[in-house]
Order: sequence, then structure tokens, then C-alpha cells
Amino acid sequence: MDRYLLIVSTLCFLVAIAHTVLQMRGGIFRPMRFNFFAVGLGFIFQTAFLSIRGHLLGRCPITNLFEVIIFVAWSVALFYLIVGPAYRLSLMGAFTAPLVVFLQLFALFAPIDTPHRGRLPANPWLEFHASISLVAYGAFALACIAGVMYLVQERQLKTRHLHSIFYHLPPLTDLFAAIIRLLWWGFALYTLGLVSGFFVGEPLPWTQIICAIGVWFLYGLILQGRYLRWFAPKRVAALCIIGFSAALTLLWGITFTTQTHTP
Amino acid sequence: MNLFCVGLSHHNANVETRERFAGNPETGCALRSSGCAEALLLSTCNRVEIYAASEKRVSTDEIVRCLVRESDPHHFAPPFYRYENEKCAQHLFRVTSGLDSMVVGETEILGQAKRAYEAARASGAAGRYLHRLFQRAFRVAKQVRTRTEITRGAVSVGSVAVDLAQKIFSDLRNCKVLVLGAGETSERTVRALVSRGVADLRVSNRSRERAEALAFAVNGRAVAFEQWAKQCGEIDILITSTSSDLPLLSREKLAPMLRDRIDRPLFIIDIAVPRDVAPDVNALDGVYLYDIDSLQSIAEQSLATRREQIAAAEQIISEHVAEFGELMARGSNCSAQASEHPTVAEGSLRPSEL
Repeated sequence: MDRYLLIVSTLCFLVAIAHTVLQMRGGIFRPMRFNFFAVGLGFIFQTAFLSIRGHLLGRCPITNLFEVIIFVAWSVALFYLIVGPAYRLSLMGAFTAPLVVFLQLFALFAPIDTPHRGRLPANPWLEFHASISLVAYGAFALACIAGVMYLVQERQLKTRHLHSIFYHLPPLTDLFAAIIRLLWWGFALYTLGLVSGFFVGEPLPWTQIICAIGVWFLYGLILQGRYLRWFAPKRVAALCIIGFSAALTLLWGITFTTQTHTP
Repeated sequence: MNLFCVGLSHHNANVETRERFAGNPETGCALRSSGCAEALLLSTCNRVEIYAASEKRVSTDEIVRCLVRESDPHHFAPPFYRYENEKCAQHLFRVTSGLDSMVVGETEILGQAKRAYEAARASGAAGRYLHRLFQRAFRVAKQVRTRTEITRGAVSVGSVAVDLAQKIFSDLRNCKVLVLGAGETSERTVRALVSRGVADLRVSNRSRERAEALAFAVNGRAVAFEQWAKQCGEIDILITSTSSDLPLLSREKLAPMLRDRIDRPLFIIDIAVPRDVAPDVNALDGVYLYDIDSLQSIAEQSLATRREQIAAAEQIISEHVAEFGELMARGSNCSAQASEHPTVAEGSLRPSEL
């Protein structure tokens, strides 16, 4: 039953993609609220799925890689719904939907939804630590999407080949401001998640601790580099993409080691 | 009731001819006495047109007589066009949608048509027939603008530069602009930037007097020509149009100046021929260099896109013309009249169209 909710949610995000593609192919893009509502509807179904899973497990539904990926996709949609209207970044929905669809399709088709035998013991600190860290991943994902948008727009301005999308993407300075804010949000939440990890009261695998500190250090370096003017905005945008790809890989590593250590 | 339009436009008459038939204070009364139950004068720099409704046919000559500004000693028959009923509606729909404009897709004409309609309505010259016609025309124009890309992109060098600046900096109010060389094109570009809120303007020229004159004209300040390079660390937009034979700005010269402003883009508009800025400057991080050819190429590309959209716009117009024709044929159908009745929102002008 809960997987059907996830399928419907994925379809909502697919509709947003199809709508954008059709409009772009027609050479017309009206900044309509369609994408926002399609993502919003998809988010509602994601929330319903996580809620049902949570009730079944009796705890936050991030107990295996499948649930972790869906939680990250949910965080991405959540941040888009907060950031999209606040920063007035047109086309962000069109860039967000494919990432969510990719994550959810992978989760649905890969054999990673391994059920646990019996109920896992509740540990509020552990759940807080894991969930807040994954919400931070949502902010990093949005920063990565804004980074892609920045690089697309920057490339067109540099090469002087302006395509239809140029007129619909936000200005470079707006995109860069959004990237920095999202990085700060993600970094603050991730720091909170990392600190709360010390209160878990259970021994955590060293690889997991190293991976988590590695992600924190990576984003700290990007932010520090931006304020010390080591990196131009274009490099920061590129680093957001590299950083999120690395963080996603490390997340897989963290989840894998957690699963292998779970009795 | 017969709806018709008589007029002159940039297609068939030069500006001198259009000036002579731009209407006079008596035009309204003269049109009424010639037999027009309703009449509206649309007079812009590119067209002079009368839209009218009458019970009996009013000849083109009578309309023309109402438009003449003063008695003309060199009388000749100007090439007025005339469209009746559905053709009249089609013509007005094309006009308000910008398809009949000199620059296809320009939106100023819609504001001008709205103002002409407001004036005619306020004076009582426009009644229910012109009301229906113009409300429909405004609706068609809005649909054409939103359903096609007919208004996309800028079509002049100055407006392309402004559009690009907005795509880089978003809000131009806080941008610092340096104008190097006080030429006519740079002045036009500066004025376009000022119209979008640029307030910090610096002008530098070999001739101090010309720099001061342009600075005064655009409310900026003059900078000594020897000092212009130092400004590159501070400014956001550089407009160059000097007559120098050799490039004034090279990659080697600019790179050290950019070290302290790595997080701020620099937009360089080089409209000088030969160019003032070496092309390899564009390779520097955060620098966007556009010369006159690239600006013109974007303007032409926008114009071509607009032209490609004409067929889609004509399709929307023809659907509305057919609907409008049916409404006209039904005559005084009260329900149709009610549905087309104006609302304050529909008839009111948007600030962008004023």
C-alpha cells in the first residue's frame, strides 16, 4: 500500500517534468504555478508514505537505504517548496523534479527495501541525528540544483549563445545568493545533526563518523573558500555539484555500514 | 451597424504624410457630423487610424477630411487603407498584438490603444460597438503575449545590453557603471541603463569637456581619462566606445584588478570599432565581454524568434476574429453583450503600458 503512494508521488514529479519539456519544445515557457503544485502534490504523497512507514516501524522511517533515499527526496521537495517561492527562482521546479524522480525510481526498482525483523528499539537522539542530517542533504541537493542552473546560465552568457532557457532562468547574482543561503542552511542543519550524534549513546562505526565529518568538512571548506574569496562564484557552483555527488556517495557508505552493524 | 477602420501607417505612408493627417481638435465633432455613431482616433508615431461604427456607410474621403490638420495647399490623395467589420477587427487585433508594428512584438502599442480607448470612452465617443471591439482586442493582445514568444528578447543594441545586465546583476540600482568614451551609442546604452534604475555613473573621455557634458546629461560624474583603469576594481558595468586604434584593456591588465573582486561579475560592453577590449578578456572568470557584433547578433536572433512566432499569433487572432464575427452577426444579443462588458480591471491601464 505505502509503495503505491510512492508511485503516485513519482508520477506527480514526472508530470512536472513532462509539462516543462512540452513547454520548452514549443518554445514557450510561462512561469506558471503548475510545477510548484505538481511538486507540492508529490510532496504530500511522499509525506503520506513516510508517515505510514513511520507508524509501521514505530520510529522515524530511515532504517534502510530505500527509506533513506526517500527521506532525502522528501527533504529536496521540502526545501524546494520553501525556497522556490521565497527566492523567486523560476525553473527551479523544472530542475528539482528530475532529481527527485531519479532518487525515487532508483529506490523503487533497486532491491534495497530490506525489511527488519521485528521492531527496532527507539532512540530519540539517534532518530534526531539521522533525520536532521538527511534534511540537511535536502538543502545541499537544492544548492546543487541551483549550481547546475548557475552553470547553464553562466555558460550561455560566456559563449553568447542565448537559448530559450536563458530568458527563463534567474539572474546569476540571484542564483549565487540562493546557493550561499542553501549552503548555510545545509551546513547549520548538518552541524546540528553531527553534534547530536555524540548524544546517541550507542557506539557508531568509525567509517560512519569519518564519512560524516568528511561531508561537514567539505561544505565548511566551500563556505570558508567563498568568504575568503578563494573561489569565484562559478567554482562555488561547480563545487556544490561535486560536493553533493560526494555526499550522496558517502551517505550510501554510511547507510551501508549502519545496516551491516544493525543486529 | 457597420464597423470600419480608415488609416495610414508606417507601411504605406511616410512620417510627413502621417503628420498631416494626425487629427485636429475638431476631429471628434467632424466624425460625428459625418455620420459616425461611434469613433475613436488612434494616433501614434507609426499610425493614424480611425475606428468607427455607423448606420450608413461613411466614405473614406469624409473621414480623411476630418483628420486633416490644416488646409493643404498641395492636396493629394494619400494611400489610406480601409477595413470593414471582420477585416477591421482582424486589423485591430494585429495592431494591439504588435504584429503590425515596425518592430514586431513591441508592446507600447497596446498601452497607446488602451489610452485612445479610455479617452474615447470618457468623452462618450466610444459606445457599445467600439467597446466590444476594443475589449476583445485587448484580450487578444494579452493572449498573444502569453501564449507565444512574440515579445521575447530585446531587439536593439541598447536594450540587449540592458537585458544582459539584468540577467547578470538582477537589480541594476546598485550597479556602478563606467562609460569610457562619450559617443552617441554609449550615451543611448547609458540612458537605457538609467531607465532601469542605474544611479552610480562615471564618465571618462580623452576630452574632459565631453566627459563632463555626458556626465551632466546622465546625472553622473566625470572621471579623468588617466584614472579610468583604477575604476575597474569598483565598477560592475564598463561601456567602452573610444576611437583608440589599439585595445585599451587586455587580459594581462585586467586580471590583477579582478583579484579583489572575485565574487562580483564584471559586464563589459565594447561598442567601439576597432574594439577597445581584447577578446581574450572574456576568458577571465566572472567577466562577460560583449562587442557590437555580439549585441547585434542577439538583437537579430530575438527579432527572428519574434518573426517565427507570427504564425502562432495569427492563429490566435483568426480564432478571435471568427468568434467576433459571430457575435457581430448576432447583433444586439444581450447575453453576448453582458459577457463582453468591461470591468474596471479589463479596461484599466497597467503601469508598464503607460
